[in-house]
Amino acid sequence: MSKIFALAGVVIRELYRRKDFYVLFVLTALLTLAAGAVNFFHDDKIVRYVKDICLLLIWVSALVIAIVTTARQIPAEREARTIFPLLAKPVSRAQVIAGKFLGCWLASGVALVVFYFFFAVITGSKEHLWPWAVYLEAGWMQWAMLAIVIAMVLLGSIYFAAPSSTSTISLIVVVGILLLGTHLKVIALQQPEPLQSILTAAYFFMPHLEWYDLRDFVVYDMGRVPVRAVALATVYAAVWTWIFLLLAWLGFRRKNLTT
Amino acid sequence: MTAILQTQKLRVEYRSRELRQAGKVALRGLDLEVHAGEVFGFLGPNGAGKTTTMNVLLGFVPPTSGAASLFGIDVRQPIARQRIGYLPELTYYYKFLTAEELLRFYAKIFGLARAETDRRIASLLKLVELESAAKRPIRSYSKGMQQRVGLAQSLINNPDLLILDEPTSGLDPLGRMKVREIIQRLKEQGKTVFFSSHELGEVETICDRVAIVHQGELKAVGTVAGISAGHANLEQAFLKLVGFQPNPAS
Repeated sequence: MSKIFALAGVVIRELYRRKDFYVLFVLTALLTLAAGAVNFFHDDKIVRYVKDICLLLIWVSALVIAIVTTARQIPAEREARTIFPLLAKPVSRAQVIAGKFLGCWLASGVALVVFYFFFAVITGSKEHLWPWAVYLEAGWMQWAMLAIVIAMVLLGSIYFAAPSSTSTISLIVVVGILLLGTHLKVIALQQPEPLQSILTAAYFFMPHLEWYDLRDFVVYDMGRVPVRAVALATVYAAVWTWIFLLLAWLGFRRKNLTT
Repeated sequence: MTAILQTQKLRVEYRSRELRQAGKVALRGLDLEVHAGEVFGFLGPNGAGKTTTMNVLLGFVPPTSGAASLFGIDVRQPIARQRIGYLPELTYYYKFLTAEELLRFYAKIFGLARAETDRRIASLLKLVELESAAKRPIRSYSKGMQQRVGLAQSLINNPDLLILDEPTSGLDPLGRMKVREIIQRLKEQGKTVFFSSHELGEVETICDRVAIVHQGELKAVGTVAGISAGHANLEQAFLKLVGFQPNPAS
């Protein structure tokens, strides 16, 4: 386990020595502050509008950080050839995959903590309310979703050599699931066969990332989601993460790496 | 004598990506034994199969058939690499880390205790003369300094077997001398060194035994004196074994 943590540590160190995270955080902060500074139509509910924008930016930024960071891990190791001195040590390829996953996931978690803290400060200063439990739940669900996304991107990065193609394809898939996931079953029912069966099968065999989006609960003060639902969603995320990591390991296990 | 590095009928065939095109055979049944405490030179012209052999030994490439082991453990098991150090031909290290952080990271991979790690890092940085630059990112190092980081990382676990891929290529005369000194010191400590090289003069000076491979096959193995017997020097023996025909006009 210490090898996996050592590998994860390098990933986290790389992230905070690059500028991606800082740029996205500053951008999110500036856009939220700008949105919060104006009061369109003298609406008393302006805080909801600020919350909505800020959470949307947090979602976009967290996804970009997770996908871009993960997509470059294995390809960059291969391109820079750092994979060779690493694999010449007593470390298995499964540990490399696990370490990369853990590093990216923890790094995303750190980014989420920073983002949500900023969000809490901004909304708290306007509403004078601090529903920490709701924020914690929303943050936890988002982090669980990012675990699935990171494992999926890691799998893609084994097969697509260029980080840019992995990032683009992953972003399209993730945004596609987030936007269409809930509606896919309804769309399927309106289609002729065999498209109906294909879409129905896709609905049941895809990871439902949209289930982890609790933004409406936060924005419209809908209270907390039952703990049981959060626990089940966490298990669901763990299963999908495990499936993607297993597939990534199977692909990486027998890959020829020639110096 | 104990063979700590061994290959038996090792064959590696790279599949062609093109349909209807035959794969490339990189190794054709290589049998090799390196014994404890010897400095073993692995020679051959470009494309002979030296790098492929090293890639198999380090677990980068699985053999198509045959077997390879380090300390009696199949090279496909990561634990086979617990007692080895590897220095690649070029510097392939995380450039955003400092030398100290890189060594600490590899020490963790080997599972070294913290106190032991601190002690080894200090002594290795001193050995490769990088103490003053230890806290600077590797990206700011010169090529020679990066090579020295490579040497330090290959020794972090105090290995019993050191695998060096063309260790002196691209180094200035001082750097070469330093590498030779370190190999000599390791030999005196009873360590085993397995290295590939094109520098035949260097091989003659420091190797106990050498193997010459050509087109994936072992052409000769033995002491430098044994292989050079009947020839002017090792270079002449090497050229004859790899089938080089000198141009009479030149």
